[in-house]
Amino acid sequence: MPPPRSSRPPAPRVRIHALGDTALLAELGTRLDTALNTRAIALAAALKKRRDVRQAIAGYASVTVHFDPEQATPDSLGAAIKRLAAKRPPMAEPGRLHRIPVIYRGPDLEEVAEKLKLTPQRVAEIHSRPIYRVFLVGFVPGWAYMGPLPEELELQRRHVPRTLVPAGSVAIAGRQTGIYPLPSPGGWHLIGSTSVKLFLPDRDPPCLFRAGDRVKFFASTT
Amino acid sequence: MKAVLRVVEPGLFTTVQDLGRPNAIAAGVPPGGAMDRFAHRAANLLVGNAEIDATLECTLSGPHLRAEHACIVAITGADFEPRINGTQVANWTGIFVSPGDRLTFGARRAGGRAYIAVAGGLEGDRWLGSASTNLMAARGGMHGRNLKAGDQLTTAREASRPAVSGHHLPERLRPRYTDHTLFAIAGPHIKRLDAESRRLLFGATFNVSREADRMGYRLDGPRLATSGDELLSFGLAAGAIQVPRAGQPILLMADHQTAGGYPVVATVVSASLQVAGQLVPGDELRFAEVTIERARQMRQSQAAALDSLRDDLR
Repeated sequence: MPPPRSSRPPAPRVRIHALGDTALLAELGTRLDTALNTRAIALAAALKKRRDVRQAIAGYASVTVHFDPEQATPDSLGAAIKRLAAKRPPMAEPGRLHRIPVIYRGPDLEEVAEKLKLTPQRVAEIHSRPIYRVFLVGFVPGWAYMGPLPEELELQRRHVPRTLVPAGSVAIAGRQTGIYPLPSPGGWHLIGSTSVKLFLPDRDPPCLFRAGDRVKFFASTT
Repeated sequence: MKAVLRVVEPGLFTTVQDLGRPNAIAAGVPPGGAMDRFAHRAANLLVGNAEIDATLECTLSGPHLRAEHACIVAITGADFEPRINGTQVANWTGIFVSPGDRLTFGARRAGGRAYIAVAGGLEGDRWLGSASTNLMAARGGMHGRNLKAGDQLTTAREASRPAVSGHHLPERLRPRYTDHTLFAIAGPHIKRLDAESRRLLFGATFNVSREADRMGYRLDGPRLATSGDELLSFGLAAGAIQVPRAGQPILLMADHQTAGGYPVVATVVSASLQVAGQLVPGDELRFAEVTIERARQMRQSQAAALDSLRDDLR
């Protein structure tokens, strides 16, 4: 049932930034927020229908728009983005639910526990408590940014990213959690690992998760 | 489809690339494709192909190829001193090759990536709409890997028009790979740099570090100090200059991660990505701030250079 009109949050103020000469970043906000993410996904879908837009990728609370510079200028497209962002987004359907087993024995678990003044066991319990939302898919193939992570586990990213993180690593940073689908560089704290395959190269789309899905972790020994 | 070239020696790192798979970005798959798109496009046009056809991207050194059939090839981008049967031949020129001829390369004289196009377009495994090689996924191009000795290179089709050798891109129309000034537009998070760091970003000399590949280059040089809360991750673009908290900038290239949360302080413009694509570890570079209008002029002058090749072949 749609919420009563009066309680609907106002349309966000959009800030448009150049990302080179053929892309724009449209920021809808700076908070990790399901409503903003729903708006970003809807805005990206609306922008993708435009002739002058090559790609529109929703972030947590933003849309990155790659455009055809022969058909649009940053100013003309920026104005169009603001118009579209002011529209009411369609009602979002609840996403699919995935249950993911995790072995909580990551290389950063001890350090994370120490920084948060928790036991490693407690970190695992808190991490596997919520049902997370997939805010966006990206970074590397199959990666999903999930959250919100409980405040008790909030930590900044590592100061120097690792150049190689093993596939299946379950990680946290800020109010987010994620799983490294492939060996790749990364700056998040590694608290566990999973055997679930998130990247399925011979399927199209090649990822298990998509934006809007829900994910529940549970502790496992295998 | 026929085997036109056999790989005798693959060179240091040679992959099949086209213009990438931009439609897969939303699934988190890097766009990929040629690092130097101007050189890739020019190579194709010189042999009468479409710009989107696959070419070989040869990193730091060229391969040794033997022709199995007569064909027209063109070598563009970095100058690795190409030779046919030991005799030096011109870069940026369509060259007729006879069965049994050997294409080899000498020393690296300028740039880091040479492109080889073959009339008819190279055949490669297609993955998510592109023949570009993605090593991480082990898909696309030559079975998702770089070339090795013994590989057969086939063409996608017969040359589309009577293939003629001798087409040539005049030197004045080629990118100046020896000038490592990368033009960039201030990025979404430029205000997170303090005044001194902003001056350094657009004034200091950086070096491509050893951690440099098709995903991006970590840059050695002055540290850039950023401030502010951590950002929510957002979609990225090739050319974006990210600054992690430790202050060592990263320039994102063709196989870049599709989203990230480090501040983007500037983005290299599309016309300068060609030069960026030619950089290798140890190279010096600097960033120069430009307006969107200037970036448009640079882009259009490169497009005009490629158009001149199209007109040539008409």
